[in-house]
Amino acid sequence: MIHISKVSKEFVTGERRVLALENIDLEVAAREFAAILGPSGCGKSTLLNMVAGFERPTRGSVRAAGAEVSEPSPQRAVVFQEPALFPWLTVLDNVVFGPKTQGQPAAEYRARAQQILEQVGLVGFESHYPAELSGGMRQRVGIARVLIMQPQILLMDEPFGALDAQTRSLMQELLLEVWERHHQTVLFITHDIEEALLLADRVYVMTARPGRIKKTITVHIPRPRAMEVTTSPEFNQLRREVLALIREESQRAAVERERVR
Amino acid sequence: MTRAQFRTPWFLLLPAALLVLWHVAVAQQWVTAGIIPSPATVLQSWQTWIFGGGQAGMLSPYSGTWLDNVTYSSRRVLQGFALAALVAIPLGLMIGWNRLVARLVDPSIQLFRPVPITAWLPFAIAVFGIYDASALFLIGLGAFYPIVVNTTHGVRDTNLLLLRAARMMGARPFTVLAKVVFPSALPSIFTGLRLGVGVAWTAVIVAEMIAVKSGLGYVLWDAYYVGRMDICVATMFSVGLLGYLSDRVIVALSHFVLRWRTLEAHA
Repeated sequence: MIHISKVSKEFVTGERRVLALENIDLEVAAREFAAILGPSGCGKSTLLNMVAGFERPTRGSVRAAGAEVSEPSPQRAVVFQEPALFPWLTVLDNVVFGPKTQGQPAAEYRARAQQILEQVGLVGFESHYPAELSGGMRQRVGIARVLIMQPQILLMDEPFGALDAQTRSLMQELLLEVWERHHQTVLFITHDIEEALLLADRVYVMTARPGRIKKTITVHIPRPRAMEVTTSPEFNQLRREVLALIREESQRAAVERERVR
Repeated sequence: MTRAQFRTPWFLLLPAALLVLWHVAVAQQWVTAGIIPSPATVLQSWQTWIFGGGQAGMLSPYSGTWLDNVTYSSRRVLQGFALAALVAIPLGLMIGWNRLVARLVDPSIQLFRPVPITAWLPFAIAVFGIYDASALFLIGLGAFYPIVVNTTHGVRDTNLLLLRAARMMGARPFTVLAKVVFPSALPSIFTGLRLGVGVAWTAVIVAEMIAVKSGLGYVLWDAYYVGRMDICVATMFSVGLLGYLSDRVIVALSHFVLRWRTLEAHA
C-alpha cells in the first residue's frame, strides 16, 4: 500500500546542507500497522510528511495505493502531534470539515459523524470549542475528523506524544479498538518503544541523523491486543531487543557528536 | 451582583484631577484670560451647540448644529472606513497568501505608507476639489494602510499545521484561504480595523478643516478663526468621544466574531 524506495531528503538552509534521510526503503502492506521508531531528530516526521504529500523527497520515490504521491489527499489522512484543530470551529464542525469541504451530502456525513463521535467518546461535546477540551479530548477530535473520511491510509505523527502517561494508554487502547474495526493501513511515528510494540505489526527502528532504517522487527503478538500484553514475557523480550538497538544507536550518535566537536 | 460592580472606579481619578486642574488654572488666571475657556463655559457652549435655544442660542451661529455636524463627520468616517476595509482586507489576504501578488504590490504599499495623510491634502483637493470625494479619499487612504498591513501579517502568521490539515482533508487552495487563512487572520484583521478607524477620525478632521465645508473639523477651524475657543474644546471632546465609541463598536464586534478566542484565553 505504501512503497518508499531509495528515498533521501536533504534540507538546504543557506550554505548548509543537512541530510535528514538517507536511502530509505520501506513497504507497508495493505491493512498492516507499521510503526517507525527513532530518536528525535532522526527525520521520521519528514518521512511521514512525504507520504502525506506535504514534502517531496530529494531522491527516490514515494508511492501510495499504486500512485506516486504528489499532493495531500483525504485517502492519506494525517493525525498530527499537536491536534491542529481549527480553534474557531466546534468539535462537530471540526469533525465534519473533511466531508463538508469535499462536498459530500450533509445527511450522510452527519450520521457518520454521530457514529464516530460515539466511537471515540466525544458524545456530549459536539458544540464545545477545542479550547474547552483537554489534550486527550482534542486528540480524539483529531482522530475523529480523519476517521470520518474513511481513509485507506492513516498516517500518525507521534499523535500521543504530548499527552500524559495515563491519557496516552487510554488513547492507545482507543486506537487499537478503532483499528480492529476498520483495519486501515497505518504508518505510526513514535519514539516510545512500548507504544510501537503494542500497536504495530512491524516496527522499523531508525538511526539518528542521517536517518536510515536500522532494523525491521516483526511483532508476532496475537490480536486483538490490549494493554495487558505489555506485561507478557514475549513483549518484554522484544522490548529488550529494541532497547539494545536504540542504546547502541544513541551511543553511536553521542560519539559522533563528540567527533564533530 | 458581581464584585466588579462594586469596584472603585479608579479610571475616573485622573480625568477628575485634570478637570480640577483645568478649572483652577482658568479661575486663577494662570493662563492669559480669555484664551482658554473654563470647563463650565465649555459645557454650557456645548449644551447650546447640541440643543440650541436659550439666550446664548440666539446669538450663537453654532446653536443646535452639533448633531448635523456629527452626522456629516460620522458618515464620512463610515464611508471612507468601509471603502478602506473593502479594499484592504481582500488585498491583504492576497498579499499574504500569494508570493507573486506580494512582490507586485507590497513594495509600492511600503513606499507610499510613510507619506503622511496630511501631505496628501493638496493633492486630494487638486484632484477631487472641495467635495466629499476629497475627504473620502483621505479617510480611505489613511485607514487603508493599517488594515492591509495587519491583514497581511495575520495571513502570514497562519499555523502551517492548520494549512496542512485542511489540505489533507481535501480543501482546494481557495477553500483553504476562505475557511482557514481568513478566520485565522481575523484577530489581526480586527487589530488593523481598530487602528484604521483611529486614523479615519484623524483624517476626517484634517479633511474637513480644509477640503470640505461641513462636519466637526470644519466647525473646529471655523470656531478657531472667530475666537470661539469654547467651541473648539467642545469639538475636541466630541471627536474624542466618537473615536472612542467607534473603537468600542469594533471591539464588541470582534468579541462576538472571535468568541472562540475568549475561551482560549481562559483555558
